[in-house]
Amino acid sequence: MKKNKILIQNSITYAMVIGFWAIVQGLSAGGHVSSLMKGLLVPLCIYAILAVSLNLTVGILGELSLGHAGFMCVGAFAGAFFTRCMENVMPSVGARFFFALILGTAVAGVFGILIGIPVLRLKGDYLAIVTLAFGEIIKNLINVMYIGKDASGFHFSIKDSLSLGLDDTGVVIIKGAQGITGTPRAATFTIGILLLLITLAVVQNLINSRTGRAIMSIRDNRIAAESIGINVTKYKLMAFSISAALAGMAGVLYAHSLSTLAATSANFGYNKSILILVFVVLGGLGNIKGSVIAAIILTALPELLRGLNDYRMLIYAIVLIVMMLFNSSPKAIELRAVFMEKMKHGKSAAKEA
Amino acid sequence: MKKLISLGLAAAMAASLTACGSGNASETTAAGTAAASADNKTGDNSGASTFKIGVIGPLTGPAAAYGIAVQNGADLAVKEINEAGGVNGIMFESNAQDDEHDPQKSVNAYNTLKDWGAQAIVGSTTSDPCIAVAAETSNDNMFQITPSGSAVECVAPENVFRVCFADPDQGTASAVYIGEHKLATKVAVIYDSSTTYSSGIREAFVKEAGNQGLEIVADEAFTADNATDFSVQLDKAKDAGAELVFLPIYYQEASVILKQAHDKDFAPIFFGCDGMDGILTVKNFDTSLAEGLMLLTPFSTTEDSSKAFTEAYVAAYGIEPNQFAADSYDAVYAIKAAVEKSGVTADMSYSDICDGLKAAMPQISIDGLTGAGMTWNAAGEPDKAPKAVKIVNGVYEMQ
Repeated sequence: MKKNKILIQNSITYAMVIGFWAIVQGLSAGGHVSSLMKGLLVPLCIYAILAVSLNLTVGILGELSLGHAGFMCVGAFAGAFFTRCMENVMPSVGARFFFALILGTAVAGVFGILIGIPVLRLKGDYLAIVTLAFGEIIKNLINVMYIGKDASGFHFSIKDSLSLGLDDTGVVIIKGAQGITGTPRAATFTIGILLLLITLAVVQNLINSRTGRAIMSIRDNRIAAESIGINVTKYKLMAFSISAALAGMAGVLYAHSLSTLAATSANFGYNKSILILVFVVLGGLGNIKGSVIAAIILTALPELLRGLNDYRMLIYAIVLIVMMLFNSSPKAIELRAVFMEKMKHGKSAAKEA
Repeated sequence: MKKLISLGLAAAMAASLTACGSGNASETTAAGTAAASADNKTGDNSGASTFKIGVIGPLTGPAAAYGIAVQNGADLAVKEINEAGGVNGIMFESNAQDDEHDPQKSVNAYNTLKDWGAQAIVGSTTSDPCIAVAAETSNDNMFQITPSGSAVECVAPENVFRVCFADPDQGTASAVYIGEHKLATKVAVIYDSSTTYSSGIREAFVKEAGNQGLEIVADEAFTADNATDFSVQLDKAKDAGAELVFLPIYYQEASVILKQAHDKDFAPIFFGCDGMDGILTVKNFDTSLAEGLMLLTPFSTTEDSSKAFTEAYVAAYGIEPNQFAADSYDAVYAIKAAVEKSGVTADMSYSDICDGLKAAMPQISIDGLTGAGMTWNAAGEPDKAPKAVKIVNGVYEMQ
């Protein structure tokens, strides 16, 4: 019975995503989707993936991570670097993008493990601060990194592109603060939706598995979990690195949706990490479906409010507050419960009649 | 039951979202009309033949000063052109969209403008967003001219042109100017390694310095995250005996450097690029500290050629124009000249207009605010002479 309920819940999430895809495909076939909305579709998928993956750390594992944009950054640069390097070897953009996705996901996952080993010994606020610092370090490291490629192989410098000493055929691939330019824009809405479905499948199956229950038991009571023989470090690390890997995947998608990729604070700074956390909190901690919905609404909203000109960011902030109150203030929950009760009564009365 | 309702809510939200999306083209236009009084849109909409120019720049956030200047400059140019009767009966109309200095937002802004019906783009104001938008316009074949996207890659597609100098050109021009005028031989550089603009200029400057007999005695970087204290960099420059400090950075940081150098009794020649323009308008900055500062800028409010523009700008917006405003003003006039030359009309599709304008750009020459007799090559780079100014008694003096 319980299992069935979970299955239904999970299927609803998949159906929602596939339904969204179908509606958009149908509308764009009929020419009803504006350019703005078309341009927004890939970012919507990116942020939904990020929110779902962060929910694994924050909602399921119960650890506050403020460095999610850092993992996204690692994945984005690893993926874009691969795509640019392999230009001559692998002429097909699709194939390069596919391998870039795998590579970016793997690299971000490895970073997740590397960061996770020391960091997951910490708890609560301390962990949050360390992950915050990690995100900033990654961003700053990439900003001083220069990597070029010529006939004799790769050249690396942390000074400037002059000191790379490239020969005439050399190209600078990562140009410090300028980042990587000229990545092919291979990301499409369908690929984004597929990746979102993969993310959902990974996270939802993990949650409902033995591993997932172990992870949640650590969240609920660490000491009790340890006392029944759960390997806390292993499960924490597992959840953290899977979350990082999925963020890396979103990063690769991001890198391939724009022709320029630079590690600025607007892209990968702590503000971005906090924005993703806002999606998660607003969607409900541990609520995967909620994360997807919150990410989609909050990403699309400021763009759809463009008509309001200077007031749009103000309205956006107000909407954020209202949504937060509606979702979690005790009064609102009470009101909602009363409303539900009435609905139920109305329905049962109708049934009796 | 609860689940059912939440599902219903989700469906309703999704539906409203797509509804918003599909109805957006008309929505944006309607909102734009409503905001005509808010200076967001200038021009006459009633004429049958209006040429729509989309402007993109950061209107909010830390880089807002640049985006707003670009918006104002373009609006002013559009207004003037329309008052003079338009081009062959075609009236211009502009609409500015915010990109928050973010590549992704800039692409969103571009898509919004496309929905609005833009036929040419003036933007993006800043380099990274400009590169992202250039890839999109190249894909759509929409004509784009950036007032101030100075990174080399900004004009890589053939449909993109620019008004400002490319970063490396500014660095080279600065080194040549310092060398030719024998301002100094020992030079220190303080630059922002976290911006494309600053590191691009610095790289070309260092490359050219050797040819000009300049010795780089100190080469110090900072990043946007630690742009409040420059003691270390200034001490190094001072200890190395620098006679000139080259500052290829924006004016906010430069104002802090000038203040701290003054406190250290360190008084070399300070030399900046176009990002330095605006230093006299920094709040709570003692402008006497900027005395003797030299900068390479394409635009100065004190020149005869820019007097009329400066007066009109101050009358309309209450502040002095900076070079970003001048760049975008010139960008609109460049579009006007190209429209005249190519004979495109406003009822053509943006792709046809782009082909026409693209072919016309290398043939036009305009006397703009940022240079007399400006011309463009087919690669999109402008050809104009850099001007050096020195701050004397609180105003720019042409050198």
